[in-house]
Amino acid sequence: MAERNPAGVPVLNGIDLQVKTGEVIVILGPSGCGKSTLLRCLNGLEVAHSGSLNFAGRELLDKGTDWRKVRQQIGMVFQSYHLFPHMNVLDNLLLGPLKVQKRDRREARDQAEALLARVGLSDKRDAFPRQLSGGQQQRIAIVRPLCMNPHVMLFDEVTAALDPEMVKEVLEVIQGLARDGMTLLIVTHEMAFARAVADRIVFMDGGRILEQNPPGIFFTNPQTARAQQFLEKFSYVAALPQTTQTKELELL
Amino acid sequence: MNFDYAFILSTLPAFLNAVGVTLQVGFIAIGTSLLVALINATILVFRTPYLQRLVGLYVELARNTPLLIQLFFVYFALPALGIKVSGFAAAIITMTFLGGAYLTEVLRAGIDAVPLAQLESGRSIGLSHGQLLRYVILPQAGILGLPSLFANFIFLLKETTVVSAVAVPEILYTTKSYIALYYKTY
Repeated sequence: MAERNPAGVPVLNGIDLQVKTGEVIVILGPSGCGKSTLLRCLNGLEVAHSGSLNFAGRELLDKGTDWRKVRQQIGMVFQSYHLFPHMNVLDNLLLGPLKVQKRDRREARDQAEALLARVGLSDKRDAFPRQLSGGQQQRIAIVRPLCMNPHVMLFDEVTAALDPEMVKEVLEVIQGLARDGMTLLIVTHEMAFARAVADRIVFMDGGRILEQNPPGIFFTNPQTARAQQFLEKFSYVAALPQTTQTKELELL
Repeated sequence: MNFDYAFILSTLPAFLNAVGVTLQVGFIAIGTSLLVALINATILVFRTPYLQRLVGLYVELARNTPLLIQLFFVYFALPALGIKVSGFAAAIITMTFLGGAYLTEVLRAGIDAVPLAQLESGRSIGLSHGQLLRYVILPQAGILGLPSLFANFIFLLKETTVVSAVAVPEILYTTKSYIALYYKTY
């Protein structure tokens, strides 16, 4: 798969990535390496200009692809939450299920409230986004696509705009999804989180995937010099105790 | 100063009627202008090819020519092309032509002020173009553009005076008629 920026310079090049159902992929790499672009290509916010993108047996780069259908199955969470500021929490959550999926209001509402309870925000269902903290908004923003019952969730640096205390509450939600066996693609700079939650680390630089390995191998014995150099900037990660992977979160 | 109260009283029904006509022209024009502006804004938001150019051209033309000339064109020039319209219809058509352009700009500015991220956010949950416009963009653009929207409504209501030129009996026309008839202003 490949994608060019407006100047014609390839942003992604020769991306070859296969994700199995239930797999948790964490994409790492320096800023500007194309991590976010890769995620955005997967739900059609950017359209790759060449190559092949296969999802559940269908080729998505075909002209006839109905991205609206695909997006119901591939949820996305953004760095800056992007909740709809003119709607309260419940309306934010129900817009997709009611208007896109045309579901029964009561049933959709029950699901939304159950999910809100799961992220610990039941009491905020009538609040407006501006009344919530960043961490709360981001948890709502995670629940919003979840209300559409997606098969895959994409997380684009969802904790980058949060202060450290709020990072934890958001990561715990994502971790819960990982434990439930949902397929996740996560772009993050939280190394400890990546290590704890990932089944596979994908390391990118300059629009290419340089390395794909389980976190145990990637963090202790990176195969490329670039990855090694990248990890040295996060040297504390190497100092983490080597435990078996538990999908439990150990924040520093 | 001597007011001729009997005279003033005798003109009252005509003036009440004139106020009605003014409000009628004004509010119909505001409504139709808003409709035109909504259609145009939709075209602009989704960058519809060709139509987008056409909207740009329309906005420039409507905003950069005087209302009176537009009115005369509709009332006097269109009949030459075989399209005959009444004064009232000419008034509505012209005011819609002008108001539609102004309100298009107001909505466009409001829509431009809605962050692009909101669009992406809406698209990412599978909203269609129409749903995106209705549930995400317009409510936010409307709130942002509300002050200038109302300023333009008032502007349109005031501009109805111009349609007196094609014998629509609004307030100015009625006033001038009485002055001409009786040579009295009070």
